[in-house]
Amino acid sequence: MSCIETIQNYAFRSMGFGERLLPRSDFTLCDQFTLIGSGLIWNVYFGVLALCLGFFLAVAVAMAKASKNPFFRVPAEWFIFIFRGSPLFIQFFFAYELFVLLPKLGTDINLGFVEITVETRWLTKAWLGALIVLFLNTAAYSGEIFYGALKSIPKGDVEAADAYGITGWPRFKKIIWPTMLRLAWPAYTNEAIFLFHATTLVFFSGFPSWQQRGDALYYANYFADKTFNPFVPYPILAFYFILLTLCVIGIYGMINKRLNRHLPENQVRRIKVRPQIIR
Amino acid sequence: MSFYASFGTVLLLLAVTAPTALLFGFFGASAARSHIAPLRWLGKGYTAIVRGVPDIAFFLFFVIALDQAFEYVRHKTLCSDWTEPVRQGNDFVVCAAAKLPLSTSPQWVHETYGFILAVLTFAIVFGAFAANVLYGGMRAVPHAQLQTGEAYGMTQRQVFWRILMPQMWVYALPGLSNLWMILIKATPLLFLLGVEDIVYWARELGGSKSSAFSYPHPDWRIYYFLGLLVFYLAMTKISEIVFEKLMDRLNLGQATTGGKSLAGGSA
Repeated sequence: MSCIETIQNYAFRSMGFGERLLPRSDFTLCDQFTLIGSGLIWNVYFGVLALCLGFFLAVAVAMAKASKNPFFRVPAEWFIFIFRGSPLFIQFFFAYELFVLLPKLGTDINLGFVEITVETRWLTKAWLGALIVLFLNTAAYSGEIFYGALKSIPKGDVEAADAYGITGWPRFKKIIWPTMLRLAWPAYTNEAIFLFHATTLVFFSGFPSWQQRGDALYYANYFADKTFNPFVPYPILAFYFILLTLCVIGIYGMINKRLNRHLPENQVRRIKVRPQIIR
Repeated sequence: MSFYASFGTVLLLLAVTAPTALLFGFFGASAARSHIAPLRWLGKGYTAIVRGVPDIAFFLFFVIALDQAFEYVRHKTLCSDWTEPVRQGNDFVVCAAAKLPLSTSPQWVHETYGFILAVLTFAIVFGAFAANVLYGGMRAVPHAQLQTGEAYGMTQRQVFWRILMPQMWVYALPGLSNLWMILIKATPLLFLLGVEDIVYWARELGGSKSSAFSYPHPDWRIYYFLGLLVFYLAMTKISEIVFEKLMDRLNLGQATTGGKSLAGGSA
Protein backbone atom coordinates (compact mmCIF):
# COMPACT_ATOMS: atom_id res chain seq x y z
CA MET A 1 0.00 0.00 0.00
CA SER A 2 1.50 3.27 -1.06
CA CYS A 3 1.64 6.27 1.20
CA ILE A 4 -1.03 8.15 -0.75
CA GLU A 5 -3.43 5.25 -0.26
CA THR A 6 -2.67 5.17 3.43
CA ILE A 7 -3.45 8.83 3.71
CA GLN A 8 -6.71 8.33 1.79
CA ASN A 9 -7.69 5.45 4.05
CA TYR A 10 -6.67 6.77 7.42
CA ALA A 11 -6.51 10.56 7.30
CA PHE A 12 -9.98 10.86 8.83
CA ARG A 13 -9.98 7.55 10.67
CA SER A 14 -10.41 9.28 14.02
CA MET A 15 -13.73 10.73 12.84
CA GLY A 16 -14.96 7.38 11.61
CA PHE A 17 -14.33 7.77 7.89
CA GLY A 18 -12.18 5.47 5.80
CA GLU A 19 -10.85 2.02 6.58
CA ARG A 20 -12.50 0.33 9.57
CA LEU A 21 -9.60 -1.79 10.73
CA LEU A 22 -6.45 -0.19 12.00
CA PRO A 23 -3.22 -1.51 10.52
CA ARG A 24 -2.21 -4.62 12.45
CA SER A 25 1.29 -5.47 11.26
CA ASP A 26 4.12 -4.09 9.14
CA PHE A 27 3.68 -0.57 10.40
CA THR A 28 5.30 1.92 8.10
CA LEU A 29 6.38 5.38 9.11
CA CYS A 30 3.64 6.67 6.84
CA ASP A 31 0.97 4.70 8.75
CA GLN A 32 2.09 6.17 12.00
CA PHE A 33 2.32 9.73 10.73
CA THR A 34 -1.12 9.57 9.14
CA LEU A 35 -2.98 7.98 12.03
CA ILE A 36 -1.42 10.09 14.74
CA GLY A 37 -2.11 13.17 12.65
CA SER A 38 -5.67 11.99 12.22
CA GLY A 39 -6.01 11.71 15.97
CA LEU A 40 -4.76 15.25 16.31
CA ILE A 41 -8.11 16.39 14.87
CA TRP A 42 -9.69 15.48 18.20
CA ASN A 43 -7.09 17.40 20.17
CA VAL A 44 -7.69 20.48 18.05
CA TYR A 45 -11.46 20.04 18.34
CA PHE A 46 -11.40 19.80 22.13
CA GLY A 47 -8.85 22.55 22.54
CA VAL A 48 -10.41 25.11 20.22
CA LEU A 49 -13.99 24.64 21.39
CA ALA A 50 -13.10 24.56 25.08
CA LEU A 51 -11.00 27.71 24.73
CA CYS A 52 -13.60 29.64 22.72
CA LEU A 53 -16.48 28.77 25.03
CA GLY A 54 -14.38 28.89 28.17
CA PHE A 55 -13.23 32.42 27.47
CA PHE A 56 -16.69 33.87 28.14
CA LEU A 57 -17.30 31.88 31.29
CA ALA A 58 -13.80 32.81 32.46
CA VAL A 59 -14.51 36.51 32.12
CA ALA A 60 -17.79 36.06 33.96
CA VAL A 61 -16.09 34.10 36.75
CA ALA A 62 -13.33 36.69 37.07
CA MET A 63 -15.86 39.50 37.33
CA ALA A 64 -17.85 37.52 39.88
CA LYS A 65 -14.77 36.82 41.97
CA ALA A 66 -13.84 40.50 41.95
CA SER A 67 -17.35 41.62 42.87
CA LYS A 68 -18.13 42.86 46.35
CA ASN A 69 -21.40 40.98 46.55
CA PRO A 70 -20.72 37.66 48.34
CA PHE A 71 -23.66 36.15 46.47
CA PHE A 72 -21.50 36.22 43.32
CA ARG A 73 -18.06 36.07 44.88
CA VAL A 74 -18.34 32.92 46.97
CA PRO A 75 -19.58 30.59 44.20
CA ALA A 76 -16.89 31.92 41.86
CA GLU A 77 -14.19 31.32 44.49
CA TRP A 78 -15.39 27.76 45.06
CA PHE A 79 -15.66 27.06 41.36
CA ILE A 80 -12.06 28.16 40.80
CA PHE A 81 -10.81 26.31 43.88
CA ILE A 82 -12.45 23.02 42.98
CA PHE A 83 -11.34 22.96 39.36
CA ARG A 84 -7.84 24.27 40.01
CA GLY A 85 -7.27 22.26 43.16
CA SER A 86 -8.01 18.80 41.84
CA PRO A 87 -6.38 16.83 39.05
CA LEU A 88 -8.03 17.02 35.65
CA PHE A 89 -7.64 13.27 35.41
CA ILE A 90 -9.87 12.70 38.45
CA GLN A 91 -12.33 15.27 37.14
CA PHE A 92 -12.70 13.26 33.96
CA PHE A 93 -13.32 10.05 35.87
CA PHE A 94 -15.79 11.70 38.20
CA ALA A 95 -17.68 13.44 35.42
CA TYR A 96 -17.94 10.24 33.42
CA GLU A 97 -19.37 8.29 36.34
CA LEU A 98 -21.77 11.13 37.03
CA PHE A 99 -22.96 11.29 33.45
CA VAL A 100 -23.45 7.53 33.31
CA LEU A 101 -25.78 7.73 36.31
CA LEU A 102 -27.99 10.34 34.71
CA PRO A 103 -31.36 9.04 33.52
CA LYS A 104 -31.44 8.38 29.83
CA LEU A 105 -33.66 11.09 28.45
CA GLY A 106 -34.19 12.60 25.07
CA THR A 107 -35.80 15.86 24.05
CA ASP A 108 -36.68 16.95 20.58
CA ILE A 109 -35.56 20.38 19.60
CA ASN A 110 -37.17 21.87 16.55
CA LEU A 111 -34.81 24.18 14.71
CA GLY A 112 -37.41 25.07 12.08
CA PHE A 113 -35.87 23.20 9.20
CA VAL A 114 -34.51 20.16 11.00
CA GLU A 115 -35.44 18.32 14.16
CA ILE A 116 -32.66 17.24 16.50
CA THR A 117 -33.05 14.82 19.36
CA VAL A 118 -30.94 15.93 22.28
CA GLU A 119 -30.11 13.01 24.53
CA THR A 120 -28.41 12.81 27.89
CA ARG A 121 -26.65 9.76 26.51
CA TRP A 122 -24.42 12.13 24.57
CA LEU A 123 -22.87 13.22 27.83
CA THR A 124 -21.22 9.85 28.27
CA LYS A 125 -19.55 10.20 24.89
CA ALA A 126 -16.20 11.87 24.77
CA TRP A 127 -17.17 14.51 22.22
CA LEU A 128 -19.62 16.17 24.59
CA GLY A 129 -18.83 14.92 28.09
CA ALA A 130 -15.10 15.51 27.93
CA LEU A 131 -15.67 18.82 26.20
CA ILE A 132 -17.80 20.00 29.12
CA VAL A 133 -15.13 19.01 31.64
CA LEU A 134 -12.39 20.74 29.63
CA PHE A 135 -14.60 23.79 29.20
CA LEU A 136 -15.23 24.14 32.94
CA ASN A 137 -11.59 23.41 33.70
CA THR A 138 -10.17 26.02 31.37
CA ALA A 139 -12.80 28.52 32.51
CA ALA A 140 -11.57 28.10 36.08
CA TYR A 141 -7.88 28.46 35.19
CA SER A 142 -8.36 31.43 32.88
CA GLY A 143 -10.84 32.94 35.32
CA GLU A 144 -8.06 33.05 37.88
CA ILE A 145 -5.72 34.61 35.30
CA PHE A 146 -8.25 37.29 34.37
CA TYR A 147 -8.96 37.93 38.04
CA GLY A 148 -5.26 38.49 38.63
CA ALA A 149 -5.14 40.89 35.68
CA LEU A 150 -8.23 42.68 36.95
CA LYS A 151 -6.48 43.24 40.27
CA SER A 152 -3.34 44.60 38.61
CA ILE A 153 -5.02 47.26 36.49
CA PRO A 154 -3.22 50.50 37.37
CA LYS A 155 -5.30 52.38 39.90
CA GLY A 156 -4.54 55.65 38.14
CA ASP A 157 -6.34 54.51 34.98
CA VAL A 158 -9.55 53.78 36.82
CA GLU A 159 -9.31 56.96 38.87
CA ALA A 160 -8.76 59.00 35.72
CA ALA A 161 -11.91 57.48 34.26
CA ASP A 162 -13.80 58.37 37.42
CA ALA A 163 -12.49 61.92 37.25
CA TYR A 164 -13.79 62.29 33.71
CA GLY A 165 -17.18 61.02 34.76
CA ILE A 166 -16.87 57.70 32.94
CA THR A 167 -18.63 55.14 35.09
CA GLY A 168 -20.54 51.89 34.90
CA TRP A 169 -20.72 50.10 31.60
CA PRO A 170 -18.70 52.60 29.49
CA ARG A 171 -15.92 52.49 32.07
CA PHE A 172 -15.83 48.71 31.92
CA LYS A 173 -15.97 48.60 28.14
CA LYS A 174 -13.44 51.36 27.43
CA ILE A 175 -10.96 51.11 30.30
CA ILE A 176 -11.16 47.95 32.38
CA TRP A 177 -11.87 45.36 29.70
CA PRO A 178 -9.05 46.25 27.25
CA THR A 179 -6.51 46.69 30.03
CA MET A 180 -7.50 43.42 31.66
CA LEU A 181 -7.11 41.52 28.39
CA ARG A 182 -3.78 43.17 27.68
CA LEU A 183 -2.36 42.31 31.08
CA ALA A 184 -3.72 38.79 31.10
CA TRP A 185 -2.76 37.85 27.59
CA PRO A 186 0.75 36.39 28.08
CA ALA A 187 -0.52 34.18 30.89
CA TYR A 188 -3.60 33.26 28.90
CA THR A 189 -1.38 32.09 26.04
CA ASN A 190 0.28 29.70 28.45
CA GLU A 191 -3.08 28.42 29.57
CA ALA A 192 -4.05 27.75 25.95
CA ILE A 193 -0.86 25.76 25.33
CA PHE A 194 -1.37 23.64 28.41
CA LEU A 195 -5.03 23.11 27.63
CA PHE A 196 -4.04 21.57 24.32
CA HIS A 197 -1.67 19.32 26.22
CA ALA A 198 -4.46 18.40 28.61
CA THR A 199 -6.70 17.24 25.77
CA THR A 200 -4.52 14.14 25.44
CA LEU A 201 -5.92 12.88 28.74
CA VAL A 202 -9.46 12.47 27.42
CA PHE A 203 -9.22 8.96 26.02
CA PHE A 204 -7.05 7.72 28.86
CA SER A 205 -9.61 8.54 31.51
CA GLY A 206 -13.14 7.22 31.88
CA PHE A 207 -14.36 8.15 28.46
CA PRO A 208 -14.20 5.13 26.18
CA SER A 209 -13.04 5.54 22.62
CA TRP A 210 -15.76 4.20 20.43
CA GLN A 211 -14.70 2.08 17.41
CA GLN A 212 -11.08 2.97 18.05
CA ARG A 213 -11.64 6.59 17.25
CA GLY A 214 -9.18 8.31 19.50
CA ASP A 215 -6.91 11.27 19.76
CA ALA A 216 -3.26 11.54 18.79
CA LEU A 217 -1.94 10.01 22.00
CA TYR A 218 -4.41 7.14 21.73
CA TYR A 219 -2.98 6.13 18.37
CA ALA A 220 0.60 6.74 19.45
CA ASN A 221 -0.02 4.46 22.40
CA TYR A 222 -1.60 1.90 20.08
CA PHE A 223 1.52 1.80 17.92
CA ALA A 224 3.83 1.69 20.91
CA ASP A 225 1.89 -1.26 22.33
CA LYS A 226 1.86 -3.16 19.06
CA THR A 227 5.47 -2.61 18.05
CA PHE A 228 6.90 -2.47 21.57
CA ASN A 229 9.02 0.34 20.27
CA PRO A 230 8.27 3.73 21.83
CA PHE A 231 11.01 5.49 19.92
CA VAL A 232 8.98 6.06 16.76
CA PRO A 233 5.35 6.98 17.62
CA TYR A 234 6.06 9.25 20.59
CA PRO A 235 8.57 11.46 18.78
CA ILE A 236 6.01 11.78 15.97
CA LEU A 237 3.45 12.84 18.54
CA ALA A 238 5.96 15.27 20.02
CA PHE A 239 6.58 16.69 16.55
CA TYR A 240 2.86 17.29 15.99
CA PHE A 241 2.43 18.88 19.38
CA ILE A 242 5.37 21.21 18.91
CA LEU A 243 3.79 22.31 15.63
CA LEU A 244 0.48 22.83 17.41
CA THR A 245 2.15 24.83 20.17
CA LEU A 246 3.89 27.02 17.59
CA CYS A 247 0.51 27.66 15.91
CA VAL A 248 -1.05 28.64 19.24
CA ILE A 249 1.85 30.96 20.03
CA GLY A 250 1.58 32.49 16.54
CA ILE A 251 -2.16 33.18 16.77
CA TYR A 252 -2.04 34.46 20.34
CA GLY A 253 1.00 36.54 19.48
CA MET A 254 -0.97 38.27 16.72
CA ILE A 255 -3.81 39.04 19.13
CA ASN A 256 -1.28 40.24 21.67
CA LYS A 257 0.18 42.60 19.10
CA ARG A 258 -3.25 44.01 18.37
CA LEU A 259 -4.08 44.44 22.06
CA ASN A 260 -0.83 46.34 22.58
CA ARG A 261 -0.87 48.34 19.36
CA HIS A 262 -1.10 51.70 21.16
CA LEU A 263 1.98 51.09 23.29
CA PRO A 264 5.56 51.94 22.36
CA GLU A 265 7.60 48.93 21.28
CA ASN A 266 9.64 48.57 24.47
CA GLN A 267 6.65 48.43 26.80
CA VAL A 268 4.96 45.51 25.10
CA ARG A 269 5.18 42.37 27.19
CA ARG A 270 6.52 39.60 25.04
CA ILE A 271 4.79 36.24 25.16
CA LYS A 272 6.99 33.53 26.52
CA VAL A 273 6.45 30.46 28.58
CA ARG A 274 6.69 31.46 32.19
CA PRO A 275 6.88 28.61 34.66
CA GLN A 276 5.23 30.53 37.48
CA ILE A 277 1.88 30.46 35.77
CA ILE A 278 1.63 27.04 34.22
CA ARG A 279 -1.38 25.07 35.29
CA MET B 1 -7.03 -2.38 52.72
CA SER B 2 -4.88 -1.96 49.62
CA PHE B 3 -7.01 1.06 48.86
CA TYR B 4 -5.80 2.83 51.98
CA ALA B 5 -2.24 1.66 51.38
CA SER B 6 -2.38 3.21 47.93
CA PHE B 7 -2.79 6.65 49.50
CA GLY B 8 0.58 5.88 51.07
CA THR B 9 1.93 5.04 47.60
CA VAL B 10 0.91 8.46 46.35
CA LEU B 11 2.43 10.24 49.34
CA LEU B 12 5.60 8.20 49.01
CA LEU B 13 5.81 9.07 45.34
CA LEU B 14 5.49 12.76 46.18
CA ALA B 15 8.10 12.51 48.91
CA VAL B 16 10.61 10.72 46.70
CA THR B 17 9.96 12.56 43.46
CA ALA B 18 10.11 16.12 44.75
CA PRO B 19 13.80 16.00 45.83
CA THR B 20 14.79 13.94 42.78
CA ALA B 21 13.09 16.37 40.43
CA LEU B 22 14.73 19.24 42.25
CA LEU B 23 18.09 17.57 41.75
CA PHE B 24 17.41 17.07 38.04
CA GLY B 25 16.25 20.67 37.85
CA PHE B 26 19.35 21.88 39.62
CA PHE B 27 21.62 20.12 37.15
CA GLY B 28 19.49 21.31 34.25
CA ALA B 29 19.63 24.91 35.40
CA SER B 30 23.35 24.76 36.08
CA ALA B 31 23.89 23.28 32.63
CA ALA B 32 21.73 25.95 31.02
CA ARG B 33 23.90 28.74 32.43
CA SER B 34 27.19 26.96 31.93
CA HIS B 35 30.04 28.57 30.00
CA ILE B 36 30.58 25.47 27.89
CA ALA B 37 28.37 25.73 24.83
CA PRO B 38 27.33 22.07 24.26
CA LEU B 39 26.44 21.71 27.94
CA ARG B 40 24.36 24.89 27.73
CA TRP B 41 22.54 23.63 24.65
CA LEU B 42 21.86 20.36 26.40
CA GLY B 43 20.36 22.13 29.40
CA LYS B 44 18.23 24.46 27.30
CA GLY B 45 17.12 21.74 24.90
CA TYR B 46 16.08 19.52 27.79
CA THR B 47 13.79 22.14 29.28
CA ALA B 48 12.42 23.27 25.92
CA ILE B 49 11.42 19.83 24.69
CA VAL B 50 9.81 18.61 27.89
CA ARG B 51 7.79 21.81 28.07
CA GLY B 52 6.53 21.68 24.51
CA VAL B 53 5.08 18.18 24.62
CA PRO B 54 2.19 16.92 26.79
CA ASP B 55 3.57 15.45 30.01
CA ILE B 56 1.39 12.37 29.73
CA ALA B 57 3.09 11.47 26.45
CA PHE B 58 6.38 11.56 28.33
CA PHE B 59 5.01 9.34 31.05
CA LEU B 60 3.93 6.73 28.54
CA PHE B 61 7.18 7.06 26.60
CA PHE B 62 9.74 6.96 29.39
CA VAL B 63 8.32 3.96 31.17
CA ILE B 64 8.93 1.75 28.15
CA ALA B 65 12.02 3.58 26.99
CA LEU B 66 13.78 3.46 30.36
CA ASP B 67 12.87 -0.18 30.83
CA GLN B 68 14.28 -1.06 27.43
CA ALA B 69 17.37 1.06 27.97
CA PHE B 70 18.16 -0.69 31.26
CA GLU B 71 17.59 -4.11 29.77
CA TYR B 72 19.68 -3.24 26.74
CA VAL B 73 22.63 -2.15 28.85
CA ARG B 74 22.40 -5.27 31.01
CA HIS B 75 22.08 -7.38 27.90
CA LYS B 76 25.26 -5.90 26.46
CA THR B 77 27.24 -6.42 29.65
CA LEU B 78 25.85 -9.74 30.90
CA CYS B 79 25.43 -11.75 27.71
CA SER B 80 28.09 -10.54 25.34
CA ASP B 81 28.08 -13.83 23.45
CA TRP B 82 24.48 -13.34 22.32
CA THR B 83 24.54 -12.80 18.56
CA GLU B 84 20.91 -12.25 17.59
CA PRO B 85 19.71 -8.66 17.26
CA VAL B 86 17.73 -7.22 20.16
CA ARG B 87 14.94 -5.88 17.98
CA GLN B 88 13.36 -8.70 16.00
CA GLY B 89 10.48 -7.23 14.07
CA ASN B 90 7.96 -6.19 16.66
CA ASP B 91 9.70 -7.85 19.57
CA PHE B 92 12.28 -6.69 21.99
CA VAL B 93 14.35 -9.71 22.94
CA VAL B 94 17.07 -9.82 25.56
CA CYS B 95 18.64 -12.82 27.19
CA ALA B 96 16.99 -14.17 30.32
CA ALA B 97 19.76 -12.96 32.63
CA ALA B 98 19.27 -9.38 31.44
CA LYS B 99 15.55 -9.28 32.16
CA LEU B 100 14.70 -6.61 34.67
CA PRO B 101 13.38 -7.59 37.13
CA LEU B 102 14.44 -11.21 36.83
CA SER B 103 11.53 -13.45 36.01
CA THR B 104 12.32 -15.52 39.10
CA SER B 105 12.12 -12.64 41.54
CA PRO B 106 9.09 -12.28 43.80
CA GLN B 107 6.08 -10.06 43.18
CA TRP B 108 7.15 -7.18 45.38
CA VAL B 109 10.33 -6.71 43.34
CA HIS B 110 8.23 -6.28 40.22
CA GLU B 111 6.05 -3.72 41.95
CA THR B 112 9.01 -1.83 43.36
CA TYR B 113 10.68 -1.80 39.96
CA GLY B 114 7.54 -0.34 38.41
CA PHE B 115 7.43 2.26 41.12
CA ILE B 116 11.07 3.23 40.62
CA LEU B 117 10.49 3.61 36.88
CA ALA B 118 7.54 5.88 37.65
CA VAL B 119 9.63 7.98 40.03
CA LEU B 120 12.39 8.36 37.43
CA THR B 121 9.88 9.38 34.79
CA PHE B 122 8.27 11.94 37.06
CA ALA B 123 11.70 13.24 38.01
CA ILE B 124 12.74 13.68 34.39
CA VAL B 125 9.59 15.54 33.41
CA PHE B 126 9.30 17.70 36.49
CA GLY B 127 13.05 18.20 36.57
CA ALA B 128 12.68 20.15 33.33
CA PHE B 129 10.06 22.39 34.87
CA ALA B 130 12.16 22.80 38.00
CA ALA B 131 15.20 23.63 35.87
CA ASN B 132 13.22 26.41 34.31
CA VAL B 133 12.16 27.82 37.64
CA LEU B 134 15.63 27.58 39.17
CA TYR B 135 17.17 29.14 36.07
CA GLY B 136 14.82 32.09 36.52
CA GLY B 137 15.68 32.23 40.21
CA MET B 138 19.41 32.27 39.49
CA ARG B 139 18.99 35.10 37.03
CA ALA B 140 16.90 37.10 39.48
CA VAL B 141 19.68 37.34 42.06
CA PRO B 142 21.04 40.90 41.70
CA HIS B 143 24.02 40.80 39.40
CA ALA B 144 25.86 43.46 41.38
CA GLN B 145 26.14 41.04 44.30
CA LEU B 146 27.87 38.45 42.15
CA GLN B 147 30.23 41.07 40.80
CA THR B 148 30.99 42.23 44.32
CA GLY B 149 31.90 38.66 45.19
CA GLU B 150 34.25 38.48 42.23
CA ALA B 151 35.75 41.84 43.11
CA TYR B 152 36.65 40.46 46.53
CA GLY B 153 38.61 37.71 44.81
CA MET B 154 36.17 34.83 45.08
CA THR B 155 36.42 32.17 42.41
CA GLN B 156 33.46 31.31 40.17
CA ARG B 157 32.73 28.31 42.33
CA GLN B 158 32.79 30.29 45.55
CA VAL B 159 30.48 32.93 44.11
CA PHE B 160 28.09 30.19 43.05
CA TRP B 161 27.98 28.37 46.37
CA ARG B 162 28.22 31.29 48.77
CA ILE B 163 26.24 34.04 47.08
CA LEU B 164 24.02 32.64 44.34
CA MET B 165 22.82 29.43 45.98
CA PRO B 166 21.54 30.80 49.29
CA GLN B 167 19.67 33.63 47.62
CA MET B 168 18.09 32.05 44.58
CA TRP B 169 15.58 30.04 46.61
CA VAL B 170 13.56 33.09 47.57
CA TYR B 171 13.15 34.06 43.94
CA ALA B 172 12.46 30.52 42.87
CA LEU B 173 9.95 29.69 45.60
CA PRO B 174 6.75 30.98 43.96
CA GLY B 175 7.56 28.90 40.89
CA LEU B 176 8.52 25.89 42.96
CA SER B 177 5.33 26.03 44.99
CA ASN B 178 3.33 26.08 41.78
CA LEU B 179 5.40 23.14 40.58
CA TRP B 180 4.55 21.22 43.73
CA MET B 181 0.86 21.82 43.04
CA ILE B 182 1.29 20.51 39.52
CA LEU B 183 3.16 17.51 40.86
CA ILE B 184 0.32 16.72 43.26
CA LYS B 185 -2.14 16.98 40.43
CA ALA B 186 -0.04 14.72 38.21
CA THR B 187 0.07 11.83 40.68
CA PRO B 188 -3.14 10.14 39.47
CA LEU B 189 -1.32 9.59 36.18
CA LEU B 190 0.55 6.85 38.04
CA PHE B 191 -2.43 4.74 37.18
CA LEU B 192 -1.49 4.93 33.52
CA LEU B 193 2.03 3.77 34.32
CA GLY B 194 0.72 0.52 35.69
CA VAL B 195 1.26 1.23 39.38
CA GLU B 196 -1.67 0.15 41.49
CA ASP B 197 -2.50 3.55 42.94
CA ILE B 198 -5.67 5.12 44.28
CA VAL B 199 -7.31 5.54 40.90
CA TYR B 200 -6.81 1.86 40.22
CA TRP B 201 -8.31 0.82 43.53
CA ALA B 202 -11.16 3.30 43.25
CA ARG B 203 -12.12 1.68 39.96
CA GLU B 204 -11.67 -1.84 41.25
CA LEU B 205 -13.49 -1.44 44.56
CA GLY B 206 -16.16 0.91 43.31
CA GLY B 207 -17.29 -1.17 40.39
CA SER B 208 -19.94 -3.76 41.14
CA LYS B 209 -17.88 -6.32 39.28
CA SER B 210 -14.10 -6.21 39.17
CA SER B 211 -11.53 -8.47 37.60
CA ALA B 212 -11.28 -10.60 40.74
CA PHE B 213 -14.54 -10.37 42.66
CA SER B 214 -18.09 -9.28 42.23
CA TYR B 215 -19.23 -7.11 45.08
CA PRO B 216 -22.70 -7.12 46.59
CA HIS B 217 -23.05 -3.37 46.23
CA PRO B 218 -24.05 -1.54 43.05
CA ASP B 219 -21.76 0.79 41.14
CA TRP B 220 -20.08 2.96 43.78
CA ARG B 221 -17.29 4.31 41.66
CA ILE B 222 -18.76 7.79 41.72
CA TYR B 223 -18.44 7.94 45.52
CA TYR B 224 -14.88 6.69 45.40
CA PHE B 225 -13.96 9.31 42.84
CA LEU B 226 -15.72 11.95 44.89
CA GLY B 227 -13.52 10.87 47.80
CA LEU B 228 -10.40 11.22 45.65
CA LEU B 229 -11.53 14.66 44.54
CA VAL B 230 -11.84 15.75 48.16
CA PHE B 231 -8.49 14.16 49.03
CA TYR B 232 -6.72 16.14 46.33
CA LEU B 233 -8.50 19.36 47.22
CA ALA B 234 -7.38 18.95 50.82
CA MET B 235 -3.80 18.26 49.68
CA THR B 236 -3.61 21.43 47.61
CA LYS B 237 -5.20 23.52 50.34
CA ILE B 238 -2.72 22.29 52.94
CA SER B 239 0.25 22.88 50.65
CA GLU B 240 -0.98 26.37 49.89
CA ILE B 241 -1.01 27.25 53.58
CA VAL B 242 2.43 25.70 54.19
CA PHE B 243 3.98 27.58 51.29
CA GLU B 244 2.54 30.85 52.49
CA LYS B 245 4.20 30.32 55.87
CA LEU B 246 7.48 29.30 54.23
CA MET B 247 7.47 32.37 52.00
CA ASP B 248 6.97 34.65 55.00
CA ARG B 249 9.87 32.97 56.73
CA LEU B 250 12.25 33.14 53.74
CA ASN B 251 11.39 36.73 52.98
CA LEU B 252 12.82 37.88 56.30
CA GLY B 253 15.76 40.13 55.65
CA GLN B 254 15.64 39.82 51.87
CA ALA B 255 15.85 42.70 49.44
CA THR B 256 12.61 41.81 47.69
CA THR B 257 9.30 43.64 47.83
CA GLY B 258 7.90 40.92 50.06
CA GLY B 259 10.81 41.30 52.46
CA LYS B 260 10.52 45.05 52.48
CA SER B 261 6.83 45.01 53.20
CA LEU B 262 7.46 42.58 56.04
CA ALA B 263 10.22 44.76 57.48
CA GLY B 264 7.98 47.81 57.18
CA GLY B 265 5.17 45.98 58.87
CA SER B 266 7.20 44.90 61.89
CA ALA B 267 8.94 48.23 62.39
